[in-house]
Amino acid sequence: MTLLAEIREGLRIALTAIRANKLRSCLTTLGVIIGILTVTLMGTAIEGLNRSFMQSISSIGADVLYAQRQDWIIRSHEEWLTMRKRRPVTVSQAESILRQVEFAKAISPIAQRGGKIQYQDRDTLSPAIVGTTDQYAISAGVSLNAGRFITSSESEGGRPVCVLGATVATNLFKSESAIGARVKIAGRNFDVVGVLEPVGGLFGEGGVDSQIVIPLNQFLTLLDNNPDVSLQVKVASGEGLEEAREELRAIMRKVRQVKPSDPDDFSINQQDQIVSAFRQVAGTIAAVGLFITGLSLFVGGIGIMNIMFVSVAERTKEIGIRKAIGAKHRTILIQFLIEAAAICVLGGLIGLALAWPITLIMAKVMPSTLSPTIVCLALVVAALTGIISGFLPAWRAARMNPVDALRSE
Amino acid sequence: MSLIRLEKITRRYQMGGETIHALREVSLTIARGEYVAIMGPSGSGKSTLMNLIGCLDTPTSGSYHLNGADVSDMDDNELAEVRNREIGFVFQTFNLLARSNALHNVELPLIYAGIDTDERRRVALEAIESVGLTDRMHHKPNELSGGQRQRVAVARALVNKPSILLADEPTGNLDSRTGEEIMALFEQLSRSGNTIIVVTHEEDIARHARRILRIRDGLIASDEVQGRS
Ligand SMILES: Nc1ncnc2c1ncn2[C@@H]1O[C@H](COP(=O)(O)OP(=O)(O)O)[C@@H](O)[C@H]1O
Ligand SMILES: [Mg+2]
Repeated sequence: MTLLAEIREGLRIALTAIRANKLRSCLTTLGVIIGILTVTLMGTAIEGLNRSFMQSISSIGADVLYAQRQDWIIRSHEEWLTMRKRRPVTVSQAESILRQVEFAKAISPIAQRGGKIQYQDRDTLSPAIVGTTDQYAISAGVSLNAGRFITSSESEGGRPVCVLGATVATNLFKSESAIGARVKIAGRNFDVVGVLEPVGGLFGEGGVDSQIVIPLNQFLTLLDNNPDVSLQVKVASGEGLEEAREELRAIMRKVRQVKPSDPDDFSINQQDQIVSAFRQVAGTIAAVGLFITGLSLFVGGIGIMNIMFVSVAERTKEIGIRKAIGAKHRTILIQFLIEAAAICVLGGLIGLALAWPITLIMAKVMPSTLSPTIVCLALVVAALTGIISGFLPAWRAARMNPVDALRSE
Repeated sequence: MSLIRLEKITRRYQMGGETIHALREVSLTIARGEYVAIMGPSGSGKSTLMNLIGCLDTPTSGSYHLNGADVSDMDDNELAEVRNREIGFVFQTFNLLARSNALHNVELPLIYAGIDTDERRRVALEAIESVGLTDRMHHKPNELSGGQRQRVAVARALVNKPSILLADEPTGNLDSRTGEEIMALFEQLSRSGNTIIVVTHEEDIARHARRILRIRDGLIASDEVQGRS
């Protein structure tokens, strides 16, 4: 096959030319090296961010609905103002909703506020003392590292017990066992009955890991007797999430006595919302980031174009010779395109070699690896850069008149 | 049927405001197996004629049939194919690829012809052997003497078994002894049936040819066949 032979010959020529002009080739590839390096790192960082987010978000179950006063994602100041005006969800409303929901695998009311927890002479601040019921273990999908969760009779208001998030437990007890210890919350003694498994990630750190879970009734008597309650509803498997959402909404409207003509005065939140909001932001960041790093690649491409024009001019005679013995338009075009692509792929390989140790360092802060996809993509982009920026010079070479080309010195 | 048939070939160059008539309505036929020398003063149009015959250039007007095919209305790619298949060029300045060794230089026309690797190697080695350079085939042009370079060029010109061997002042850059060696090679090629056209301005060299074409100011001044020497 002629074309294959021509491509092989083109590669041969390219490698000879690059070897013959080592220094020049290196300087030329510098732009491409930097371009590929930055694009690769950007791509890896974006991929790492996405992965880290997705890992974190999975701690909020995809099948869990949160019925509460405010939306998780507030897009404007006006929106924020209207939500501020909404009535809180009261405990009695929560209880009424709880009784009516039928599609839930578990449903738990959650009241929250920050507070201090003390153990002997040590204390630590928790952003979230959570008053809830035994159902929380299922609806929040928490698992226990040690001990047990609060029981249903305890959540009805029995003896004062608490379950600690992983971070709280380590802060307070270091390496000691927390189970059975007596701690002080809001001036009252609680027995630690369980410690939660650490969740980690963005949402674990700020969420379950730093929570102190106590029975709702204890919360009401000790901390706040009229809190703004959220309901965490884990939808039973087999129930459609959308239908469940609609049903929950109808119940909420009824319980809160919203007039049919009025809009909802509450929100039903779910993981999806965060994901799509994240996607939006991440997409913008990715686009802007790749555009900026792409610019450096573009500059690299211009450098390649420049050097290819020089290369073509220098080798006019060679082009004449090749044409005289039967090289076609196409042959010459391919030859120079391959040369440009080879220089760029070389730059791409060097760029990747430099990017690799940097991604290893990045891996310490986010789950980022130089994935095969990114490696392949980087090389394809490098080759394309070469082909695009080499096209004009190659075209000029291919169109040369053989007699004139042979005449040049 | 003649191998080459030129009819009223004119080639003009536009230089600034000036028109240069390099060839004026030249008509000429050359048969297969002929050995022709083209002579004439510098600037008379010899190279222009060679380039046209070799399909490197196209005439301003007139028609050219090579091997029965009308070359005057072929496009660039078809001309490239004709050059590859039908024409073998030998230049005054050798025109070898400086970065490639002798063997690869000789292989090149075969690569463009799409011959596969094994066959290519075999044919190229044969051509190199026929010019007596087997022991130098891995040398680059700058490691070879002028005569050796021109032998490589001859091997390259012949490797595709072309219909015509065109040589534009092939001995112009060689000393007279080496020049004689190259001409002896041509003589031998002619005897084995090749069609050869040589441009020269040395009578000594032209004597090797059977037919001498003299050009002056873009016109054929004389065309004579000599007796066997
Ligand atoms: N590319 C060109 N542009 C302009 N004039 C040319 C070109 N090539 C040849 N000529 C002119 O055409 C005439 C014939 O040139 P050429 O065929 O090279 O002569 P020779 O080979 O016999 O010395 C000369 O006057 C030369 O200056
Ligand atoms: Mg000349």
